[in-house]
Amino acid sequence: MRLDPHTTQRLVKALLWTLTGFTLLILVFIIADIAVKGLPQVTPGFLSQDSTDMGRAGGIFPTIVATAYITLLAILLASPLGVGTAIYLTEYTREGWATRLIRFGSECLAGVPSIILGLFGFVLFVMKLGFGWSVLSGGLTLAIMVLPIIIRTSEEAIKAVPQDYRTACYSLGMSQWQTVTRIVLPSALPGITTGIMLSIGRSLGETAVLLFTAGAALRTPVSLFDSGRTMAVHFYILAREGISMPNAYGTAAVLVISILAINVGAYTLMQRLMKRYS
Amino acid sequence: MNDQPPNKIRIEDLSFFYGDFQALDGVTFGIRANEIFGLMGPAKSGKSTLLRVLNRMCDLIPGIKVTGRVRLDDEDILAPDCDLVGLRRRVGLVLSRPTPLPRSIFENLALAPRLAGKKSRGELADLVEASLQAARLWDEVKDRLADSALKLSGGQQQRLCLARTLAMEPEVILLDEPTSGLDPISTAKIEETLLQLKNQYTIVLVSNNTKQIARATDRVAFLLMSQIIEIGETKRVFTVPKDKRTDDYISGRFG
Amino acid sequence: MQREKFIERVLLLLALSSIGSLALITIFIFLEGFPLILSVGLKDFIFSSHWAPTKGHFGILAMIISSILVTIGAMVIGVPLGLSCAIVLAEFSPKRLKMVLKPTLELLAGIPSVVYGFLGVVWLVPLIRNYLGGPGLSLLAASIILGIMILPTIISISIDALTAVPDLYRDGSLALGATRWQTVSRVVLPAASSGIITAIILGMGRAIGETMAVIMVAGNALKIPTSVLDPVRTLTSNIALELGYAAGRHREALFATGIVLFIIIMILNLSATLVTRRR
Repeated sequence: MRLDPHTTQRLVKALLWTLTGFTLLILVFIIADIAVKGLPQVTPGFLSQDSTDMGRAGGIFPTIVATAYITLLAILLASPLGVGTAIYLTEYTREGWATRLIRFGSECLAGVPSIILGLFGFVLFVMKLGFGWSVLSGGLTLAIMVLPIIIRTSEEAIKAVPQDYRTACYSLGMSQWQTVTRIVLPSALPGITTGIMLSIGRSLGETAVLLFTAGAALRTPVSLFDSGRTMAVHFYILAREGISMPNAYGTAAVLVISILAINVGAYTLMQRLMKRYS
Repeated sequence: MNDQPPNKIRIEDLSFFYGDFQALDGVTFGIRANEIFGLMGPAKSGKSTLLRVLNRMCDLIPGIKVTGRVRLDDEDILAPDCDLVGLRRRVGLVLSRPTPLPRSIFENLALAPRLAGKKSRGELADLVEASLQAARLWDEVKDRLADSALKLSGGQQQRLCLARTLAMEPEVILLDEPTSGLDPISTAKIEETLLQLKNQYTIVLVSNNTKQIARATDRVAFLLMSQIIEIGETKRVFTVPKDKRTDDYISGRFG
Repeated sequence: MQREKFIERVLLLLALSSIGSLALITIFIFLEGFPLILSVGLKDFIFSSHWAPTKGHFGILAMIISSILVTIGAMVIGVPLGLSCAIVLAEFSPKRLKMVLKPTLELLAGIPSVVYGFLGVVWLVPLIRNYLGGPGLSLLAASIILGIMILPTIISISIDALTAVPDLYRDGSLALGATRWQTVSRVVLPAASSGIITAIILGMGRAIGETMAVIMVAGNALKIPTSVLDPVRTLTSNIALELGYAAGRHREALFATGIVLFIIIMILNLSATLVTRRR
């Protein structure tokens, strides 16, 4: 039995839309469940109090500090490396074996699964270099994880700067570095910032890497060598050990909201910066 | 040797290759100080390439090969140890398409001089005003120097680019079809400016527009397919050209 | 001039950080794990399913098979759903809907894997246990959760591949009287095939490399599964579960597992790059 093409199309469209609707339902369900069960937990007290009784009671303040501390360190390390790489690739070299090698390194790095990064961070930073489970070990490993993201987005942003700007600068007797720092980078800033914020969003959700490098201490970390538990790691432990459902939901809510806020912030920041610089 | 004025720029046996394609073949001539020298010829004859060699902006293109010598005053600017930044401050370039930087009008003019050493606000402000005056743009923008340069019209932007080059206080100004695509009034303003600037600068003007060459230049070289066919006083070349090809080009038999 | 040369050298150094990190990772993982593979023997390591590290048995076959099965399961769920969404979004939906759906997709992509795992434990596992049997923590649960997790990857790369097909192709086909669906299935999809294959390969890479969500719903039993309802332990879960307390040869064995995982994923990523280059 052969169906005429229009019937086939109608059937197929129905099928496709059903599957799509189903997919969207899943997403809505996930967000809704976290929101309904988690948001009520997110009180100012929850955010500012220390965790007690292994996380059964109290708030998640130490994890918020640990998350901020480790993420900040990772970004501070990865940004100069990533933006510097992007500048080198676009402004200082032609396409050749060197650029291909660097890009290959970056793409492969992007594909390394987080557990392998965790293993690496564990053997190099925690053990061999003796940093122990610490903010430092976590930040260093996380920096390696987000480096490819920053390289890729920065390179795109820098390439998008019109070549005319560079031509004008060089013909006025500006040096290459002057041109890069005064004209190219400021124009590429919106894209670079977006890349950094995407990296932050990615870091917030990362668990496998940090569990084995930053550890899981429930105290508020103060020095770089203190161990600390990020929100994602805390959530994982609460959920897996079955310690506290309400607190798990609450932590999940804070996590998802933070990531949402960062992603939304990244795009609005990009719009605002683009208006300012062009 | 007759008592000719000294050459500001002396080009000796210059050949230029984009990969395998030869754009210039053994070009040799001189440009005198304080004249407006025109380079004319049909598309792809090598005029823009020649211009870009004069301030080594050709270096930005990958895969090129240059042989020969180009002397600015007495130093060979094709030498590998030539200071490119210094060269480009002495030899400015205005392109066929305006290239304003995404900054205010004031910043467009002040940025490069500031990096070249002029630090005081007073000096920079005077320099900006003088350059804009010379380019005949001052009256139109004097009240809005803080506005973005991107908001100016095409003709204003191009005059801005000329003012920007003047602000570097160069010795030579190169212009590559600077008025193509501009309205007649902007074109006239730029040509007037060039005629006035001649006294202080050496000017090299590339143009596809033979009438502009006839109007605005003192001497002219006709380039065709990588070679110089004829060179001489503009009035003479346009009235009694020595080469038939020059005559054909000027009369518009090809372009 | 000298300052410029110095700056260029510094930037080159910075640029070597990516390939340098990759090299470091490869070196250290191999350094830590390779001795164990040598001492146990590659054949026994990979093809034995007896994993009892405290007694000196290091066979990871059960985990290799589980990883493969979980990934296949994830693809069975993720590819049809993902491709459908991509086709709908790229070919059949009006611009306004697209503007709402694309950011929603990115939202999906931003949800951490542990949250997926958690919701899997709370909702999916009991469902499986009550309606299908078994402990609920199973190969099926892991496949479903992973399938959902790789949706954003598959959808967004497929959408890129589909929108990259020039409208010229579509217009030509429609002008010949074909329906939208015929155009999509016979003209657009084949043209976008290399991009879609890339999306699938990258989705596979993501599924094999996923750790936390899988630990939470897969059950982590050390046997080769015989049904989708059996609990399983993947290569990634094994590493994460035991690293915290492993020592000596045991720890080396985990690194050796890491080597196997690393190689599998590198092969997948390289094939994805090759497919994209051939386009």
